[in-house]
Amino acid sequence: MYKLLLCWRYLRTRWIALASIVSVTLGVATMIVVNAVMAGFSYEMQTRIHGILSDLVFESHSLSGFQDPQWHMDEIKRAAGDDIVGMTPTVAVPAMLNFQVRGQWITRQIMLIGIDETTHAKVSDFGRYLQHPGNRGQLSFALRDGGYDTIDSQSDTKAVTRPALEGAGWPHRRMRVERERVWREKLEADRRAGGAADPAATDPAASGPSRSVDQQVDAVLAATTTDASPVAAEAAADPAAPPATADPFRQARPEEGTKMDPAREQFTGIVPGLGLASFRDNAGTDRFLVLPGDDVKITFPTSGTPPKAVSDTFTVVDFYESKMSEYDSNFVFVPIAALQRMRGMIDPQSGLASVNSIQIKLREGADLDRVRDTLRKVFPADLYAVSTWRDKQGPLLAAVDMEMSVLNILLFLIIAVAGFGILAIFFMIVVEKTRDIGILKSLGASAGGIGGIFLGYGLFLGIVGAGAGLALGLSIAWNINTIRAGVEWCTGERVFDPSIYYFYRIPSIVHPFTVLWIIVGAVGIAVGSSVLPALRAARLHPVEALRHD
Amino acid sequence: MTETSPAILRVRDLRKNYRSGETTLEVLRGVDFDLAAGEFVSIVGQSGSGKSTLLHLMGLLDAADAGSIELDGTRIDGLSSARRDRLRNTCVGMVFQSYHLLPELDALENVLAPLMVRYGVLEWLRVRHQARDTARALLDRFGLGSRLRHKPRQLSGGEMQRVAIARALVTRPRVLLADEPTGNLDEATGAGILETLCELNHADGLSIVLVTHDAAVARRADRIVRLAAGRVDDAPQALDQSAHAGQAARRKAG
Repeated sequence: MYKLLLCWRYLRTRWIALASIVSVTLGVATMIVVNAVMAGFSYEMQTRIHGILSDLVFESHSLSGFQDPQWHMDEIKRAAGDDIVGMTPTVAVPAMLNFQVRGQWITRQIMLIGIDETTHAKVSDFGRYLQHPGNRGQLSFALRDGGYDTIDSQSDTKAVTRPALEGAGWPHRRMRVERERVWREKLEADRRAGGAADPAATDPAASGPSRSVDQQVDAVLAATTTDASPVAAEAAADPAAPPATADPFRQARPEEGTKMDPAREQFTGIVPGLGLASFRDNAGTDRFLVLPGDDVKITFPTSGTPPKAVSDTFTVVDFYESKMSEYDSNFVFVPIAALQRMRGMIDPQSGLASVNSIQIKLREGADLDRVRDTLRKVFPADLYAVSTWRDKQGPLLAAVDMEMSVLNILLFLIIAVAGFGILAIFFMIVVEKTRDIGILKSLGASAGGIGGIFLGYGLFLGIVGAGAGLALGLSIAWNINTIRAGVEWCTGERVFDPSIYYFYRIPSIVHPFTVLWIIVGAVGIAVGSSVLPALRAARLHPVEALRHD
Repeated sequence: MTETSPAILRVRDLRKNYRSGETTLEVLRGVDFDLAAGEFVSIVGQSGSGKSTLLHLMGLLDAADAGSIELDGTRIDGLSSARRDRLRNTCVGMVFQSYHLLPELDALENVLAPLMVRYGVLEWLRVRHQARDTARALLDRFGLGSRLRHKPRQLSGGEMQRVAIARALVTRPRVLLADEPTGNLDEATGAGILETLCELNHADGLSIVLVTHDAAVARRADRIVRLAAGRVDDAPQALDQSAHAGQAARRKAG
C-alpha cells in the first residue's frame, strides 16, 4: 500500500520528474501526428493508385497487344472463378498531345488509353475522378452541354477554384467557332480592302476542318495488311468501291470529304488528365489551357511493324483528376473502339480487335496475390504479364513504407533520449530520498518493495507523459487543418501547398493499433529507464541510508 | 540483571566489523546483553563505542559477523532478508535521533506507514479503518490529536519525535529501540519525550532499549549498560552508581 501512496505523493511533489516526461509527451505526440499524417498520405496515395489501376492488370508485353479479348476474358473467368466481378479491355500506347494556345502549339508526351466507357468505371474508381457529374455516373465521350464542376468535387471546400469550367462544353465550343468565324471574316475584309490575294486564305481547309484522318488510317491499314489479306488490300485500294461485308470500318467511317460544322459536331471525344492542360496559380485557382469543347491533335503509333505515327483530331469532353500528378499529367482516355480502329488493331478478316491489357476487378476481400498466381500459371509468362495494382506501384508503396519505418525509428529515439532523462532524474531522486528509503526499510519494507516504489513511479510518469502525449497528439492529428490554417494566418507563409500535393487538406488517419503501440513503447521506456535507479534504491543498506544526510 | 523474568532480547558474543579498503574497524568485539520483559535499559558510551551499531543489529537493520541474537528465545540473526523485514515490521519499533519521518506524508500517515508496509492494497482497504483508529488513539495519547493532517515540516521537534514514537508503537512491537531520541531536542522537550518513554514502560510494560551519551537521560532507565571499545564495560562506575541511586529514588517515590 505504501508504494502506491508514495508514488502518488512523489508524482505530486516532484515537478522536476514531471519536467523529464515532457519529452516523453512531445515524443508520443509527434509520433502520433506523424503516423497519422503519413498514414493519411499513404492511404490517399493508395486510393489514387488503386482508383486508376484495377485490382489485377492482365497485359501483353507487345504494344500491338493480343487478339480476341473476349476469349481471354472467358479464360480468365474460367481460371479465377468467382473471385472476378468485372473485366474491361484497354489499349494503352505512348502518344503526343498537341494543342494550340494563343496561336502557339504546345506538345505533351502522354499515355493514350483506350477504354470501354460502359465497363471501365466498373473495375476501378475511374468515374469518380471526372469533372462532369453526368460523366461520374456514366462516362460518355459525347461533349456535354455545360454543367461541369467549378468546385473540386473531391475536396471539402466550397470555394470555386475552377471558374473557367463554368461555360465549358457546347457553349464554349459554339463561342470559339463563332469567334474564329468573326476573326476570319475580319481577315477576309482586310484582305479585300488591301486587294492582295492570299492563296492560303482561299484554301478550303481554312473555312472548316475536314475529316481526313480516317483516310490516313485506312491507307496505313491497307499497307500493313496487304500481304495478309489481298481482299482487304483491294478494298482499301479503291475507296470509291461499295462497302465490303468483310470491312467493318465502312460503317464506322463518317462521310468522307464532307466538311463538318464544328459548332454542332465534335470529333472523337477524349478525357485528358487535368494536369496536362491546366496549372494552378498562387491564389489556388486552376487555369486551363484547354477546355472541354476545344479540339486537340494526338499523334500515336499504329499497330504493326514498324509502327507509323499517325495524327488525328479529338475533342476534349471532360477532365480526369486522380490527384496523382504522375497520372494526371500523363493519361489521356479515348474510346477503345476508335483507338483500335485508328491504330489498325482490328483484323480485317475475322473482325476481331486486339487489346493491350485487360483490367480485372476482384470481389471484396479476394486474395489478390493468389488470383494473380493462378492466372500466371494459366497464361504463359513470355506472352502475358499479370500483376496486382500493388505490384505496379510496388517501388512507390515500398518507399512510403520505408519512409514511415525510418521516421518511426527516429522519433522513437526521441523517446529513448527522454528515457535517459528519466534515468538521470530518477538517480537524483533516489539519492535525495536515500534517508526515506532507509526509514522505510527500518519499518520493514522489503528491497523489492522499495524498488517497486521507483518502478511504479516510472510507470506513473510514463502513463502521465504518454497520456498527455496521446491527448496532445490526437488533438493535433484531428485538427491538423485548423492548426495549419492558424499557422498560415500567423506567419503569412503557405505551410501546405495544395498545388504540390493536389490535396486540399492534410490527410490524417489515426490507427488505434499504432497509437497503442506508441503508448506501450513510451511507457515501456519510462519503466525501463527507472529499473536501474530502482535497483539502486532496493540495494541501499538501511543503516547507511539512515545515516545519509 | 534479572534472571527470573524471561529475556526478550538475548545477545551473546556479538561481533561486528566495518571494512573500508584495507583497514578493518572492529566496532563490536563480543557484546553480551540481555533485556528482560518490561525492562527499560539505557546503553551509554562514547561516540564510536558501538552502541548505535548494537541497536541496529538488534533492530535487524544490519547483520552481525559473529555471535547470536535471540528474540523471545528464537535466533534472529542469519535469517533471510524477507524474514528480517517481516520481524522488523512486527516485533521491533525504532525511534531515531532525527525523527526520520517521511516528509511527503502527514502525521497520521507517518504513523500508519508501518501498517501500510505490512499490508497489500486489498488487505489495507479491509483493515484501514481499524488501523486509522489505532493510530489516531496513539497520537491523541501523545497530545497530537489536533495535528493529524500536518506534514512533518509543520511540526516542532518534540512533536515530530512523538509522532515517531507513535509510529514505532502502532505495530505493537515486543521491544522499542530508541537511538538518542532526545539528542536533537532542547532540555525541556527532551524531558517530555523521556517522560513519555517512562510512562510507556510503566503503564504498558513496554520493553525499551535507549541508546544515549547523556548520563542524565540514561539515569531515567531501570538499568544502565556501558559500552566501551566494543565491549560491555562491567566495571562499576560513578555513573552506574548514580543511575542506580536515581532508580532507587524513583522506585521509592513510585
